[in-house]
Amino acid sequence: MSRPEEISPPEIFYGDVEATKYTANTRVKSIQAQMTRRALELLALPEDETAFVLDIGCGSGLSGELLDEEGHVWVGVDIAPSMLEVALEREVEGDLFLHDIGQGFGFRPGTFDGAISISVIQWLLNADSSSHSPPQRLNRFFTTLHSSLKNPSRAIFQFYPSSDDQVQMIVNSAQRAGFGGGLVIDYPNSKKARKMYLCLMVGQQEIPKGLDNNGIEIDNENKLGLEKRREEIRNERKRRKDTSSNNKKGKRNNKNVEDVKEWVMKKKELYRTRGKEGVPRDSKYTARKRKTYF
Amino acid sequence: MVRLITHNMLACHVKNCTKDNFPLSFSEVELVIRPTEENLDFLKRFLPKLDWSALVHTARSLGDESLPEEMPEISSWTEEQLKALHHVLMEIHVEEGNMICKGCGHVYPISNGIPNMLLAEHEVGR
Repeated sequence: MSRPEEISPPEIFYGDVEATKYTANTRVKSIQAQMTRRALELLALPEDETAFVLDIGCGSGLSGELLDEEGHVWVGVDIAPSMLEVALEREVEGDLFLHDIGQGFGFRPGTFDGAISISVIQWLLNADSSSHSPPQRLNRFFTTLHSSLKNPSRAIFQFYPSSDDQVQMIVNSAQRAGFGGGLVIDYPNSKKARKMYLCLMVGQQEIPKGLDNNGIEIDNENKLGLEKRREEIRNERKRRKDTSSNNKKGKRNNKNVEDVKEWVMKKKELYRTRGKEGVPRDSKYTARKRKTYF
Repeated sequence: MVRLITHNMLACHVKNCTKDNFPLSFSEVELVIRPTEENLDFLKRFLPKLDWSALVHTARSLGDESLPEEMPEISSWTEEQLKALHHVLMEIHVEEGNMICKGCGHVYPISNGIPNMLLAEHEVGR
């Protein structure tokens, strides 16, 4: 399988010649259409409703055409001007942007009902100029995309990773940006038909229901509990004040052995819960004084 | 093919540009009106997402006065009002011109209906 992303940057690879070739090729067309259909299926937009969809790396609008057919209003972004020109000639309905997705989006929060991207994000893993850092670009891409999607919604990416490391990198980056979801692999055992979809979700939770009349009693109980707790805290403060004033009178060295051990155990427990490394284990020697040899 | 529906969602994404970065203002525009089929249900669902004052302001700068200053209550939209909104949002296309960020002054040129959103390296955020 040839890997165009290893040949040259996308805006140069998809020049005038390649762009027209790509769009005229019926095989490419049918594969793209197939993958777009599958992506839309995974996107699971509410049926019979027009949605506002982002097409990332729309190219010449092969995927956009299907979005048109479904009746969605869409916005397409791509970095290759020649591809966008072809899209213009084909008179697709969506709004087109010349945009480098690694630079992040400027869309307002909650703009889109969903996003699809066909055979694009593997391009983000290449550093095409000295200032490009793939992890940083991925990060910027996913965080800005996450904020521009509404809650709940999905983003589906079909992509061709060249190694498992790449998959890991993309998935990690997406998760760090706040997306849920994961990989969907179609026909995993076939070499040719195998397709990878990254299925990312924003939110996807139902709103908790408001309390009805039965809830009020519980609320009152809680209130009583809170009052009690406050009383306890007040008492605690008082007690502490008393003990501290007592301590001042006596010498510090008069501490009880039991107290010391308790204090050490408490500290060790605290460090363990905080996940500190190298906390010594407990034994009968814990908090004991060393023997004096002289 | 910048429609106002997209323009209303678009803010400047230059690094550290967080003030006055929305809406981008148009200049030296060439408009084309392309009638499209109305989809009023979609518009109704889209209403809460719109930034109304930005929309009205932009529409007026492009010479369309059909929208009221205040956004009518969502439940009280008449069909006529929705049709006017449809015209503004979906049928006015900006073919040539510039979009300028009021915060940082970045100019996004539009040529042939496609805005150039590419940033220079030093303008890319982290």
